[in-house]
Amino acid sequence: MPMTDTGQSRPRAGETAPGLPARRRFLKETARLACGVAIVGIGLGLYAESARSLPPQAIRPPGALPEPEFLGACVRCGLCARDCPFDTLDLARLGDGVALGTPYFIARRVPCEMCEDIPCVVACPTGALDKRLTDIDDARMGLAVLIDQESCLNYLGLRCDVCYRVCPVIDEAITLDPQHNPRTGSHTRFIPVVHSEHCTGCGKCEKSCVLEEAAIKVLPARLAKGRLGRHYRLGWEEKRKAGESLVPPDAEHRYTLPEGTRYEHGGRGLITEDERRETPFPDNPLETLNGRKEKR
Amino acid sequence: MVSTGRPGADAVAAKGWFPAHKWLVLRRGSQLLILSAFLLGPWAGLWLIKGNLSSSLTLEVLPMTDPYLLLQSLAAGHLPAMSAITGALIVLAIYLLVGGRVYCSWVCPVNIVTDAAAWLRERLDIDKGARLKRQTRYWILALTLLLALVSGSIAWELINPVSMLHRGLIFGMGLAWTIVLLVFLFDLLISHRGWCGHLCPVGAFYSLLGRFSLLRVSARRRSACNDCMDCYAVCPEPQVISPALKGVGKNITPVILSPNCTNCGRCVDICSKDVFGFSMRFNNEMEAVS
Repeated sequence: MPMTDTGQSRPRAGETAPGLPARRRFLKETARLACGVAIVGIGLGLYAESARSLPPQAIRPPGALPEPEFLGACVRCGLCARDCPFDTLDLARLGDGVALGTPYFIARRVPCEMCEDIPCVVACPTGALDKRLTDIDDARMGLAVLIDQESCLNYLGLRCDVCYRVCPVIDEAITLDPQHNPRTGSHTRFIPVVHSEHCTGCGKCEKSCVLEEAAIKVLPARLAKGRLGRHYRLGWEEKRKAGESLVPPDAEHRYTLPEGTRYEHGGRGLITEDERRETPFPDNPLETLNGRKEKR
Repeated sequence: MVSTGRPGADAVAAKGWFPAHKWLVLRRGSQLLILSAFLLGPWAGLWLIKGNLSSSLTLEVLPMTDPYLLLQSLAAGHLPAMSAITGALIVLAIYLLVGGRVYCSWVCPVNIVTDAAAWLRERLDIDKGARLKRQTRYWILALTLLLALVSGSIAWELINPVSMLHRGLIFGMGLAWTIVLLVFLFDLLISHRGWCGHLCPVGAFYSLLGRFSLLRVSARRRSACNDCMDCYAVCPEPQVISPALKGVGKNITPVILSPNCTNCGRCVDICSKDVFGFSMRFNNEMEAVS
């Protein structure tokens, strides 16, 4: 009931106008309800924030949208997991530490076998696994990193090579780079090197690493990759692209030298025009340096 | 006549046990049948239907997707692919036909849990407990959509007991049983019919479809009502009965139009006078009582 300040119906202190208790009760109950729901909302909102952080060992299926979008797109139906012929995918259970119900795999347990027809992506009804992924080699589930160089057998100088051999993109995603073995002084170490340009993050290398705890692991790209400053240019690349050096050739350097001497760059070095003048140093500065070394 | 025993005693005496539990038995059958259809794949390798109630594929052709979930996904800023949209439209069409909250009483696995809690509560003579407002569920429904909008993720699915139980049964439970136990204990000890009848936003969403749905319960023989109150005692949403049952002489339709009626049919079973029956929304006919 609207109140006016003219009529007699205006309530005095302690009295209530007809209709007011109902309105007051309504407001009170609504406020109580809103408060209760707000408490639930804040709790759930905070929980949702913390549920965003995917543990690094949990890998999303191929084609998964970037994690923040994925959590808004995946309806947790498990159709991807059902159509995976290798039972690679699990739906996160309460207590797994992955957003509840969302699909993931742990490479060390079961890696992705990189099916050519990518059935998990085909099965996804919502597009949380992006349908535009049609070539499994374009998948970027994560990035393999040889994370422990101290225990990798190849680093120790042995020929394990297992991660390299099992890689579905062998010689592109993982190559073996020969290096001198400083321990023996006369052998070669074959260092497994991962190339992010080709690694799909399938995890077969991590799964098959022969160590008790894998030395090579698939990590989310955000953890595994560094990034150059956007303004950085690699001089040799620029030179190759331009076909010539972009820097003008060096201007001839002029030395400030004592009278009667000159310096021949790339030639004889310091030349004393007047041969009679004696200097305490030999012409070649290296002789001075080497001479000192021999004395010691 | 006023009922003497527990609710339903009169009906059993008048009609026999099965007619007094017909819809209840059918309903449990439906819930278990749907669940076993989902379980047939993982347990027996017979893939009639894949996925879960959130989204599924029947016989490799028929997609079905929870429209409430899809709405949250939309609010989170994701435009779903065609398959999910088609699936959601199919589900919407089904529930517009048979009644939105038919999902609650005939499909949802949590219903078995909360019905068990309500049954035990009645047996143990526990009082009604904390009084929650029935519209709380709509606030929570709004909250889930708001959270999706703000966070860009389907936040509700992190704690939704409905999908947690169903997915758990099919894909593995983890610790989800704790949440199910919580719902059971909440309904048993804290608030009578607290979860399904007051809080669950999934039911709230489906009730919105019930506003237009065709299949409804009608108190078409309401003049035979003997005020035994058994229907109020067993109804999970007793507030929906009054307008239809007590509308005699006020020219109010005998059809229960409240969107929160779950079409569970318990009132049909429990009435010794057969006042209630399934009917259509626009069928306002009443049966003469001899």
